[in-house]
Amino acid sequence: MSGAVKKLNKKDLFNMFVRSNFQQASFNYERIHALGFCFDMIPAIKKFYKTDEERRLALKRHLAFFNTTPAVCGPVVGVTAAMEEARSDGEPIDDGSINSLKVGLMGPLAGVGDPLIWGTLRPITAALGASFALNGNILGPLLFFISFNAVRLALKWYGITYGYQAGMGIVKDMASNTLTKLTEGASILGLFVMGVLVTKWTKINVPVVISQTTNQAGVKSTMTVQGILDQLCPGLLALGLTFLMMYLLKKKASPILLIFALFGVGILGYWLGILK
Amino acid sequence: MEIQLYQVILIFVFACIAGMGSVLDEFQTHRPLIACTIIGLILGDIQTGIILGGTLELIALGWMNIGAAQSPDSALASIISAILVIVGHQSIQAGIAIALPVAAAGQVLTVFARTITVFFQHAADRAAEKVNFRLLDFLHVSALVVQALRVAIPALLVTVFMNAGSVQHLLNSIPNVVTGGLNVAGGFIVAVGYAMVLNMMGAKYLMPFFFLGFILASYLNFSLLSFGAIGLIVAFIYTQLNPKYQQHTQTAATGSSETLADDMLED
Repeated sequence: MSGAVKKLNKKDLFNMFVRSNFQQASFNYERIHALGFCFDMIPAIKKFYKTDEERRLALKRHLAFFNTTPAVCGPVVGVTAAMEEARSDGEPIDDGSINSLKVGLMGPLAGVGDPLIWGTLRPITAALGASFALNGNILGPLLFFISFNAVRLALKWYGITYGYQAGMGIVKDMASNTLTKLTEGASILGLFVMGVLVTKWTKINVPVVISQTTNQAGVKSTMTVQGILDQLCPGLLALGLTFLMMYLLKKKASPILLIFALFGVGILGYWLGILK
Repeated sequence: MEIQLYQVILIFVFACIAGMGSVLDEFQTHRPLIACTIIGLILGDIQTGIILGGTLELIALGWMNIGAAQSPDSALASIISAILVIVGHQSIQAGIAIALPVAAAGQVLTVFARTITVFFQHAADRAAEKVNFRLLDFLHVSALVVQALRVAIPALLVTVFMNAGSVQHLLNSIPNVVTGGLNVAGGFIVAVGYAMVLNMMGAKYLMPFFFLGFILASYLNFSLLSFGAIGLIVAFIYTQLNPKYQQHTQTAATGSSETLADDMLED
């Protein structure tokens, strides 16, 4: 207990930020990001602890199971660093409370991060990029790469620095309504855009002819299944198909299996002339 | 089209980057939109690369790593299909037909790779015992080599052994009804991706916003960007007007004294 508080400076935090971009490098089925988290913490451990014994304990402490959405691991790294700092300064914080805080944060953060990053941010930036790319426009991949990574890197950097400053207080912060407000707003945007995509980007055409009539002017008009469905509401089949897929996925059907099944439907439908 | 030696090397290097990217899931170099574009750039036909990337990206929209589960291998699928489409002068639809089985096969390879890395984890335990920081760093980063080779070796094999003639021959043997059917299915296969994303978001009470987007886009011919702006405005208004948050601002304004906050907690 020297009393002189060893604080992480901007360089240390930046080092940890760079490391956190390799969070999943040693992803393994046994402990997922365990080594990744330890890797993030190394600059802090080096700074806070000077004896081999302390360092050994700290390293082993952070080789425990860890898993969260990589883009939002920042706050956990930051808070844990703050706790290690307090501990190295003589505060009575034991291994258990550090690890339970990590576990306590990684769950909710994954709960927010997975739908926010994989369920909203990436599909939307990727779909936007793809809409340009379908016409061969280089803007498509660039737009996706830049916008996704700008948000992701900002989340990591501010997550770590904010988490470090907020320290223990962050748990309270997670419960405050700013985060729920942001998550809810993002979900609304995500759902809205998904609704748009379902009808805009799904092409189903059922050209089965139901009736053929000739009016007084001699113009032939054909009534197809697709025509009737479009009068009801365009995109209805796409909507139905999406809901069917959601149901099957919830029943634990494998996505890749569903994709192959739909290819089967496409080939069969094309062969029978039901789909075009 | 003959592939030059420098192109083989560049493909190998990029395949390593994409393989590492697919486990890191940070910079998204493993996504079709990026990977197909880069392969297109290397092979001198960036245009086809971009279009193939955009098409595959829509199919792969819902392929994501959640928890310990991993998605179909978009890195391997994107790279191999881009090589075959560009070198073999195939259609984008043929590219999809190549990409999907490869993505499924790649998923199996990923499982192997993530099992092998368990050994790195155990070596790290021993390094921690000896307080060897440098070895810990090395073990963590070198685990990426497993992931890099997982993609780069199959990609290299395809580049070297599949010359344009054999690719064309192979793909021409696919009957018309299959390619036509794949073309049709390509129109609605994205529904699986949408379904995965929707299941993921999971906020049932917000589904009206999904239907709002659906109905508006079914009848209005706006660009996607303007729909995005509408969605943003709707989300903003909802969170602004929602009484749930209003109440909170009120407590924040009036409940600055701790006793009041405590009373609220007891309620």
